Amino acid sequence: MFKGKLIAAAVALAFAGAAPAQDGDLAKMREEMKQLKEDYEQRMRALEKRLNEAEAKAGKAEQSAAKAEATSAGASGRSGENAFNPAISLILQGTYANESQNPNNYQITGFVPSNGEVAPPNRGFSLSETELSIAGNIDPYFRGTAVVALTSDNEAEVEEAYFQTLALPRGLILKGGRFFSDIGYLNPIHQHAWDFQDAPLAYKAFLGGQLKQDGVQLRWVAPTPFFLELGTEFSSGDPFPGSDRNANGIGSSAVFGHLGGDIGPSYAWRAGLSYLRNSPDNRTYDDVDATGGETTNSFSGKTKMWIADAVLKWAPQGNASRTNFKLQGEYFRFKQDGNLTYDDSAGSNVFGSVTGPFNTDQTGWYGQGVWQFMPRWRVGYRYDKLSYGTVNNGIVNDGLGPTSADFPVLANYSPTRNTVMFDWSPSEFSRIRLQYAVDKSQQGLTDNQFFVQYIYSLGAHGAHRF
Amino acid sequence: MARIQWLAIGILWLLAHPAFASLNILACEPEWGALAKELGGDKASVYVATTALQDPHRIEARPSLIARARGADLVVCSGADLEVGWLPLLQTQSGNPKIQTGQPGYFEAANYVVKLEVPRLVDRSQGDVHPGGNPHVHLSPYNIEKVAIALAERMAQIDSREAGYYQARTSAFLERWRQAIAKWEKDGASLKGMPIVVHHKDLSYLNNWLGLREVGELEPKPGLPPTASHLSDLLSRLGRDPAKAVVRSAYNDPQAAEWLSARAGIPAVTLPFTVGGTDRAKDLFSLYDDTLARLLAVNK
Repeated sequence: MFKGKLIAAAVALAFAGAAPAQDGDLAKMREEMKQLKEDYEQRMRALEKRLNEAEAKAGKAEQSAAKAEATSAGASGRSGENAFNPAISLILQGTYANESQNPNNYQITGFVPSNGEVAPPNRGFSLSETELSIAGNIDPYFRGTAVVALTSDNEAEVEEAYFQTLALPRGLILKGGRFFSDIGYLNPIHQHAWDFQDAPLAYKAFLGGQLKQDGVQLRWVAPTPFFLELGTEFSSGDPFPGSDRNANGIGSSAVFGHLGGDIGPSYAWRAGLSYLRNSPDNRTYDDVDATGGETTNSFSGKTKMWIADAVLKWAPQGNASRTNFKLQGEYFRFKQDGNLTYDDSAGSNVFGSVTGPFNTDQTGWYGQGVWQFMPRWRVGYRYDKLSYGTVNNGIVNDGLGPTSADFPVLANYSPTRNTVMFDWSPSEFSRIRLQYAVDKSQQGLTDNQFFVQYIYSLGAHGAHRF
Repeated sequence: MARIQWLAIGILWLLAHPAFASLNILACEPEWGALAKELGGDKASVYVATTALQDPHRIEARPSLIARARGADLVVCSGADLEVGWLPLLQTQSGNPKIQTGQPGYFEAANYVVKLEVPRLVDRSQGDVHPGGNPHVHLSPYNIEKVAIALAERMAQIDSREAGYYQARTSAFLERWRQAIAKWEKDGASLKGMPIVVHHKDLSYLNNWLGLREVGELEPKPGLPPTASHLSDLLSRLGRDPAKAVVRSAYNDPQAAEWLSARAGIPAVTLPFTVGGTDRAKDLFSLYDDTLARLLAVNK
């Protein structure tokens, strides 16, 4: 304001000083100066007005800011070393279980035991896995994720610990470390985000619950307007259906493809095909012979698995807050080809160690639907079925000694299970679930399972996969 | 043979066609899609991830969105953690280095405005709070202005060949926008001080701009669905401090607003909230026109 006036005065002085003494010129000059002065005054008035307006606006903004506790853009209370802390979240889970059969004796009859964590939860109150996950960008090129499960028997287990590339071109993503395989639909999803307390029977029988492996994965997302993704994985192949081989090279390889898209605004879908190959070497499981003596069975050979999966989600106009429905199903086919060694020397020692050819061709599937019928409340139903298919046990068929009575786990039986669940989620971060299942996993036994489960999520807001 | 020739011609045409050489923008919400269209004209091809009838907090990282993120040169989102439940997955699952956080192809509108309601207490006991402040920044026209300037710069940075085109369109847009603001402020002057109940705290920037007085929310805490006990508390509070209308956004469940409207004897108003939320809200200008018209209609 003052500056403007000073400049105007200086300009006027300069003009006055330089003015020649001729009258006509002087009059002209005066006229010009008058105009200049008016011009400046006008501009200054305009400036003043704008300044006042700006001040008023700023004042108003300040008031509202103070009222609403606004801060400037990008301001953050974090500073120093703390500012780079990765996203940390913790999942608390627990179950109350009422089961008519003893979960310690749980078996899936007709299928080679996976030795995975597939048994129902302990009876009564029990703590499920407490999951601590830490994730963040490492640099512009990599992202790191670690998920540690603290189990109820006071052990820490590395569920996932992997890096993933962020900067590869052309839709390529490389992942390495320990991670849940991307085969199937449910496999890469953490258990706390499942719609039921436990895994489908097919996952329990063929993948030991959930396949996590140490290896690398390369994925490619196609540049198409619909979703197409192809991927391959190479890993040590330690977990079922593989085994710890103590060998160089690759113990397990997998390929998978996913296709997906929207049907109008209300439907979204994804379908996939996966293939998994393993080369187990001395993969063992314990059983009992006809007299109840302990036996050890060990398989070496090749296994192949195919999985077809599909999921369809519906929400009116794509708005899932009020109601939504999710339909999901997966089909498994599992083939094994190799040799089985039967050993009863630690038990009744009738036959000692016997080896014969062993091959299986078995299938399983499940289908489930979960309906959120009003905000916070969902109900779901799941049907599970495993088909015994063919099991050619050369030891029995070729009369090498042990009979089918010495392989009770491999008895000809096709398990089924019916499950209903009902859950209530007070917020996005908490869920309480009731689940009832009639589980016929074991020949001749029906396990009526009733679970009350809680799932709480603390800390960073983790994004869930489709 | 002839078939192969046609195929080759088709592929060449696809490669040569300018529509396929344009700036691919994935907008998280319709308002930013509309803004990108205003600034980008026919040099930008814009795909909007969500509709006005969807709750931007609760979107899933659907396969179709991952596919769109794969081909995007620029992702334009609200930011301030609004899309925290789905955008990170689009970034990590799409294999697109351009749209990673910190890259020019990642644009958060909320970074360019002064945010309201920055929580003093960042704790989930307060509901689904956003530590950076209220992310629904697009219902203040001054915010749109600021974001437009920043977005135009970003578009010019990524697609420098068309920088002049984007700048020219942006200047033209801003001129029309400033004229429109003057008109809206004149028309909306009578709304100053009007007490309203909102569904979610997603109209705070609008209220702050026009001076509407928010006397309550249907949600007990941000992001939690309305409960019967909270609504009856609210109803008794309205007996002492009455509101002129219950205002909800198009994506909110109408039940709670209708319940309160019937019992408190005040009209329930549905605002478009964003482009496409009502038949009239076809672009940013008509979004504001319709929002004002709907509020003025109940402020008699």
